[in-house]
Amino acid sequence: MARVPVADGVFTSVDDPRLIGSKCDNCGNHMFPTQGSCPKCAGTSTSDVELETRGELWTWTVQGYPPKAPPYLGDADPKTFQPFGVGYVELPGQVKVEARLTEADPEKLKIGMPMELTLVPLYTNDDGDEVVTFAFAPISENGEQS
Amino acid sequence: MSNDVAIVGIGMHKFGRTEGVSGMEQGAVAVREACKDAGVDWSDIEFAFGGSAAAGAPDTMVSQLGLTGVQFINVANGCATGGSALFSAVNTIKAGVAELGIAIGFDKHERGAFRVNTKGAGLSDWYGASGMALTTQFFGMKINRYMEEYGISHESLARVSAKAFRNGAKNPMAWRRKELSEAQVLEAAMLSYPLTQYMFCSPGEGGVAMILAPADKAHKYTDKPVFLKSAVVRSRKFGSFEVMAPHIALEHNAGPTVDASKAAFEMAGMGPDDIDIAQLQDTESGAEIMHMAENGFCEHGEQERMLAMGETEIDGRLPINTDGGCLANGEPVGASGLRQVYENVLQLRGEAGARQVPNDPKTAYTHVYGAPGISGVTILSR
Repeated sequence: MARVPVADGVFTSVDDPRLIGSKCDNCGNHMFPTQGSCPKCAGTSTSDVELETRGELWTWTVQGYPPKAPPYLGDADPKTFQPFGVGYVELPGQVKVEARLTEADPEKLKIGMPMELTLVPLYTNDDGDEVVTFAFAPISENGEQS
Repeated sequence: MSNDVAIVGIGMHKFGRTEGVSGMEQGAVAVREACKDAGVDWSDIEFAFGGSAAAGAPDTMVSQLGLTGVQFINVANGCATGGSALFSAVNTIKAGVAELGIAIGFDKHERGAFRVNTKGAGLSDWYGASGMALTTQFFGMKINRYMEEYGISHESLARVSAKAFRNGAKNPMAWRRKELSEAQVLEAAMLSYPLTQYMFCSPGEGGVAMILAPADKAHKYTDKPVFLKSAVVRSRKFGSFEVMAPHIALEHNAGPTVDASKAAFEMAGMGPDDIDIAQLQDTESGAEIMHMAENGFCEHGEQERMLAMGETEIDGRLPINTDGGCLANGEPVGASGLRQVYENVLQLRGEAGARQVPNDPKTAYTHVYGAPGISGVTILSR
């Protein structure tokens, strides 16, 4: 079973994922996902950049009920749904990115904690491939994903 | 006074769930009630601004109200739709284009959380597919950080909900009319941490309409005119933290509510201390808390003490969401903002019945907030 990204152009690859953002050619403002114009300076020229993979948790919540499907493509069955974390991770010098979190326990999520990019499975498609999206995982002081 | 605008008639269709009655029919009921209140016929109305997010194109309601050739313009601005209809109506009168106009809002949403049209919101399919296209998540994340920054407790979140249901129980037009204790609110299912089921409003149904005229003509229609001192709508600036945002900037901006509030106070020549009663967007109980400060009614963090002291109760220093707010009335997106104004008109007229505030209010404030980062504020006086 192969792993395939939820969409092209969001992150670089399933083996060594980096989020793909944009940097304004005029003012240096960062954006995610990519966009061709800048909300800060109204510039109309931007370049793709790979975003930092580590940052700090800026805020978070836990999605406690199944999202409506569509648009959600993960498990929305009330019988089997597992709550998942969602947060903004502040990538140093760049931008705060909204993402799923691998942790969903409010006791284990703290604003300011270090996080690292990873991928999580969403669903299995008609070809039998595992469709994955990006997420952030807490990392311990020695830099390991917990 | 010559350029002021007055509200001379108000009408409402009960909020909640009304089986077998379309959202547009509920809007038509509100229009007929408003005409009756102002003592005018639909055929007297020279222009209309109408808004609905999910219950059809508002201008088609003329087939129910009567084909009078009225100048009817649809507005759509998310949760600020009602405020936008009012803004447009006020300025049409101020411009001297017409004398008698109406602002209309109605809606009817399916059960459960809002299903977000990611394409319509300018978002890619992967955003919804990955489980992030939920407005509830934004509210959970905004109040979670706010609680940590300013020392707001879970108990304060519950106090806001309990107050809303207490006020709703006194309001015959409200949806949720059963009182709930703080403990019941805290123990309910956690929908989006730190917010439980009873801390969120639900998408619902309802309709509101109000008739406007130049202030110097108001007494032709009513002996209790209420004057619109300001009606302001603002969208977000760079750096603000808003609903449905895949990224936010590192730099911080206080957001559209702060901008709309400042502009509204300036236009009215008043400050927060001059306001006797306020209706603030309470999509969830944390939103009411944050919006108290964002609208200038207190410092950040002061809400904890104000709520514990009961200062925002109907008999408090600054009554907030006296009709039960969105929490007790639900949120029919197109009608919600006008519901707030309707409540303030009732309160200023002294006609709010069991929930009438006792401080003989002379000034009243409304605030709505919605996707993708828009706020609308009105200030009324009698």
